[in-house]
Amino acid sequence: MAVSHRLFPTPVAVAHELFLLATQGPLLPDLGKTLLRATSAFVIAMILGTVLGIILGRRRWLDRLFSGWLLVGLNLPAIVVAIVFYIWLGLTELALITAVVINKVPLVITTIREGVRSFSADYDELATALRLSPMRRLRLITVPQLMPFILAAARTGLSLIWKIVLVFEVLGSDGGVGYRVSIQFQFFDITGILAYTTAFILVVLAFEYGLLRPLERKVLQWRPDPA
Amino acid sequence: MAPGPGLTISIAEKRFPGTDTPLFADFRLDIAPGSVVATFGPSGVGKSTLLRLIAGIDHDFTGAISVDGIPAHQAPPSGFVFQDPRLLPWRTARDNIRAAAPTMSAETADLALAQVGLADHATAWPHRLSGGMQRRVALARAFATNPRLLLLDEPFISLDRALVDAMHQLLADRIATTGPTVIFASHNAAEVARLADRVITLAGRPATIAQDLTFPLPPARRDAATIEAYGRQLATGVPHAALD
Repeated sequence: MAVSHRLFPTPVAVAHELFLLATQGPLLPDLGKTLLRATSAFVIAMILGTVLGIILGRRRWLDRLFSGWLLVGLNLPAIVVAIVFYIWLGLTELALITAVVINKVPLVITTIREGVRSFSADYDELATALRLSPMRRLRLITVPQLMPFILAAARTGLSLIWKIVLVFEVLGSDGGVGYRVSIQFQFFDITGILAYTTAFILVVLAFEYGLLRPLERKVLQWRPDPA
Repeated sequence: MAPGPGLTISIAEKRFPGTDTPLFADFRLDIAPGSVVATFGPSGVGKSTLLRLIAGIDHDFTGAISVDGIPAHQAPPSGFVFQDPRLLPWRTARDNIRAAAPTMSAETADLALAQVGLADHATAWPHRLSGGMQRRVALARAFATNPRLLLLDEPFISLDRALVDAMHQLLADRIATTGPTVIFASHNAAEVARLADRVITLAGRPATIAQDLTFPLPPARRDAATIEAYGRQLATGVPHAALD
C-alpha cells in the first residue's frame, strides 16, 4: 500500500520539526500564550468554583435555587459560550479566558459541593469541643477534608481547560497552540501539527508529574495506602 | 490549686428529631467544683448526650447549663474525649494534640504522648495506630490544655486490662495534681467505683436520676475490696454493667 510520506511523518521527522519550531519557529511563544491563558482560566475557575461549591454544599436552599442553573452550565456547549463572548467582547484575551472559566466553573462547583456534602459531622463536633476559631477550623477541619476534591477538580479541570483553550484559539486568537495548529491545518502540515501536539503533551505531562502528583503525594500522605 | 468549675444543669427538654419521648425532661443536676462524677446507666439512657450538652457541642435543647455561671457553649473549652478516638486523620499523633493547643510546642506535645506511653509514635499517622493507641492519643489531647473541666465519654473502652489500669492511674494523678472537675460516662461499675467521688445513675426515658450516690471513701483511699464492694452496689439494677 502506498502511503504518502507527507501525511504520515515518522517520529524522527516530527522530532526534527519540533526542534526547528522550538529553536527557530514560534513554538515557545505559542506555548507561552496558551499556557498563560490556560493557567489564568484555571486559577480563576478553581477559586470561583471552590468558593461557590462550599457555599452550595453548606446551604441547602441555595443549592436548590441554583442546581438547575448548574445543570445548564454543565451541559452548555463550550463552543456556543466562546462564540457569544467573542461577539460580545471581541477577539480578546478577556473573552477567551471568560469563556473558558464559564465552561469550567460548573464542574468545579459540582465536585467541591459533593466534597462538602461528604464532610463528617464528627469533625465539626470536635472543632466545637476544642472551640477552634473560624480560621483554625478552616485550616484543621475544612481544607483537609476538601483537599481530595480540590485535587480531583484540578486534575479534571486542567485536562478540560487545555482542550477548550485550544479550540477557542482555533476559533479566534492572535497566537497560541490552537491558533498555530489551525494555520497548519490550512496547509495540511501534519508534521507541524504533530510537533505542536507533542510539545503540548510534554507540557501536560510536566504539569502532571512535576506539579500535580508531587502535590497530591504531599497533601494526601496521611491516607492509608490502597490495599 | 483552684478546683475545677461547678456546674448547674437544668434541662427543660431535650428531644431528638422524630422521636415522641424526650431524652431529658425537667432534669436537674448540680455538680460541685473539683468533683469527679460518673454518669452511669445502660446504653442509650442519655449519658453521652448529657456530656455533649455540657460541652456545648449540642445546644438544641430547652433549659440552661452553666459552667461556673457561664453558659456551657460560651465556657472555655473542656477536655473532651469522645466514645470514638476522633483523631484528625490528616494530622500526626503529635499534631492532633497540638490541634487542641495552638501554642503548644512539639516537645510539649511529645511529652503528653509519652505520658500515655506513645513517645515513639509522635509522627505516626492515625491510621497506623491501633484502636487502643488512638484512644490514648485522644486522652492526651484532652489533657493537653490542662482543662479545668474534663468530659470523658467511655474513655477506656477497647483498651486491654493493663492499659486501663495505667490510664486510670494517669487520670487519678491528673485529678490529684490539677484538680479539674471531671464528668465521665461509663457502664463499667468497677471503673466508676475506682475513679468517681459521686455516681449519678440514669434510668428510663425521659432519663431520671435513679440513684445519686456519693462514696464515703475518696478514690485514693479505696482498696481492691472496697472498689469491688462499691462496684457490686452499683451494678445491681443496671443491666450489662461490667464489673471487671
